[in-house]
Amino acid sequence: MKKISAPLTDSVVESLRAGDEVLITGIIYTGRDAAHKRMVELLSKGEQLPFDLKGQIIYYAGPTPTRPGEVVGSVGPTTSGRMDPYAPILIQHGLKGMIGKGQRTQPVVEAMKKFKAVYFAAVGGAGALIARAVKSNKTVAYEELGPEAVRVLEVVDFPVIVAQDCYGGDLYVEGIKKYSRSAL
Amino acid sequence: MAKRIVNTSVITEKLAELSGAASCELDEDLIGALKEGLRVEESPVGKQILEQILENAKISRESRLPSCQDTGFAVVFLEIGQDVCLEGPALADAVNEGVRRGYEKNYLRKSIVDDPAITRKNTRDNTPSIIHTEIVSGDRVKIVLAAKGGGSENMSAVAMLKPADGIQGVRKFVVDTVKRAGGNPCPPIIVGVGIGGTFEKCALLAKKALLRPLGSHHPDERYANLERELLAEINATGIGPQGLGGRVTALGVLVETFPCHIASMPAAVNINCHASRHKEAII
Repeated sequence: MKKISAPLTDSVVESLRAGDEVLITGIIYTGRDAAHKRMVELLSKGEQLPFDLKGQIIYYAGPTPTRPGEVVGSVGPTTSGRMDPYAPILIQHGLKGMIGKGQRTQPVVEAMKKFKAVYFAAVGGAGALIARAVKSNKTVAYEELGPEAVRVLEVVDFPVIVAQDCYGGDLYVEGIKKYSRSAL
Repeated sequence: MAKRIVNTSVITEKLAELSGAASCELDEDLIGALKEGLRVEESPVGKQILEQILENAKISRESRLPSCQDTGFAVVFLEIGQDVCLEGPALADAVNEGVRRGYEKNYLRKSIVDDPAITRKNTRDNTPSIIHTEIVSGDRVKIVLAAKGGGSENMSAVAMLKPADGIQGVRKFVVDTVKRAGGNPCPPIIVGVGIGGTFEKCALLAKKALLRPLGSHHPDERYANLERELLAEINATGIGPQGLGGRVTALGVLVETFPCHIASMPAAVNINCHASRHKEAII
């Protein structure tokens, strides 16, 4: 199990290969559909984002409300593919990592190769387990979006798997090929 | 026969209770299927994922933190006995009030937007719910709450197959739908299949199939065999836990059927994630 810290550097991104099991410690941001739409609209108008994207990881997640006395609610990944129309633009602006679930499309893969970024899979439906890795949680933008607000999370040993790396390596393709016995 | 009076406020209270239970207490049949999956999974990554899913279920049950952050669209099935006389607030209002209270009290996520295609503003209380009512014999009211996640719902499909496509056509449609879904719906999945009826009926059959216990089978042995064969075919795809490769892509395939028109053979696949959440109560 590799341990890495967030935000990411190019050398960390380059050291990761599809299939690596990784523990992430550091600062990550949450963002999903509605927040991505707003961020890309800002960038297209040449305006500043609510946080600096350079080297950052965005976790595609919208947690349940935090209960009194706790740090965060249940906080597992959502399906990443819905962010594919937006991700290449964010990667071009410095985003280095994404955490979610499910395969990415070719434009995202190409952007990851060109600008050195990495895509991690977290276990979908393991929101209570992942919450234990979150040590602090603060809303930084779009509070009115409720569960879709952008939050900054401090995580320790967040367990993820490198699903698609910056060389085009793809565990969704390689893993399925390895275990397929389909006749259909 | 004498009518039994049921105040709809009782339905409100039951739904408020069921919402919390559905999100934090995964059923034993599901836990059993996940443990069996862990036993047969060959991929080391797949095994690790299944271990995390089982550990997550345990943490959720003990800490009452929802097992998944997507606590779903509240899909409510009501079977109302025809000897029941409902009084109190209008039924739909009573149902929505129960969902509202349950989602608020249990700190569940509010995942519903008011308008699908233009404003998409969060309603902030997880209402409205989806309500399916059926009038049945008797003097009871059965409530089933299914908390349906969006990720797996997005991967579902309906096909208006031709009678000439036959059972092979159904098999191909089901397996192709699962393959196209890949890792998106959080495999290991549960596959609800509706065959027959009309366009909307087969979709409802597929959804209702997901309420059946894992390991249960269609009463017609031919369709029970179809369930077994489809499960084997889906688990031969190699998609595996979370779509990262492995043996355990689905925990079960549940088929429901209905007669259909001489010209038609509709089929629907409703995919559920591994966190299949549904709870019921009888009033």
